[in-house]
Amino acid sequence: MIPLKIIAILLGLAILVMAFVAVENKKLVVSIIAAGAVSLFASVLYLVLAAPDVAMTEAAIGSGLSTIIFFYVLNKIKKERKDHA
Amino acid sequence: MLKKVFVVAVLVVFAILLFRSYGLMDAGTRLNPVATRYAQDGPEEVGAANLVTAVIVTYRGLDTLGEVTILFLTASIIGFFLASGSHQEPRSAQGTGTSEILQTAARVITPIIFLIGIYVFINGHLTPGGGFQGGAIVASGLVLMLLANPGRKVSHTLISAVESISGISFVILGILGLILASGFLDNSILGPGRFGTLFSAGAIPVIYIFVGLKVGAELSGIVSNLQQTTKEDT
Repeated sequence: MIPLKIIAILLGLAILVMAFVAVENKKLVVSIIAAGAVSLFASVLYLVLAAPDVAMTEAAIGSGLSTIIFFYVLNKIKKERKDHA
Repeated sequence: MLKKVFVVAVLVVFAILLFRSYGLMDAGTRLNPVATRYAQDGPEEVGAANLVTAVIVTYRGLDTLGEVTILFLTASIIGFFLASGSHQEPRSAQGTGTSEILQTAARVITPIIFLIGIYVFINGHLTPGGGFQGGAIVASGLVLMLLANPGRKVSHTLISAVESISGISFVILGILGLILASGFLDNSILGPGRFGTLFSAGAIPVIYIFVGLKVGAELSGIVSNLQQTTKEDT
């Protein structure tokens, strides 16, 4: 049984890596997915820290809905650029 | 170059601040007085097995009303901006480009997601979760439906009707608490029921059903607004 502290530290590191990818990657699609992954790891971290209510909100809104909304907006922007070009 | 220096400087200052506050922080081994009061008297006063729900809906019910209002405001502002940018004549998308796998899977999974969402907000007083989480899950089920069939239109009349009716019912329940019980959003207007069963915790399940419907309708409204305007531009 791995102690919870180590799981929490690993999750924190994963969040940092994903956040770095989200900021530094040149492709917007990769950035959006990485930002979603940050939320997903954060929700697992909340679960580890015994806050299931917050974890559910984070998983549903942070990594689910906001990622989808980003994709819709990205799609819209791309189409508008194509129209103007 | 200058920009990078600024970024590094901000990060260093932030790190110093964080490190200082890490030294100041002591892991609390005891609950503070308010939390002790809630943890000790919450189960008897409110009757909810999930103490978080007891705090969110009853002790801090007014904050929940504020949050729902802010979400409503956000949804209306997004709808307003998207509607003002383009005329509301959604063309039916012909030849939807989604794959057979996505369409079939969505047909199977969407009802299950809706069911989970409804379960989460009806059982908000027993298990983790509640109106907000359940509403978000219902809305993500709708997102899956829209992703699989981009040509599908969601009735805005239905969404706004569900949203307004549940919002008004939430406030009316709060005012009923003011009249029949000891204060705004007091949950003891209904009987306490047996602790830990579905029909317990007074009005909390009813309130959470309305909150869940309202949040679900608001988030679905945002998503379907976005989806319809992207479709129009094609």
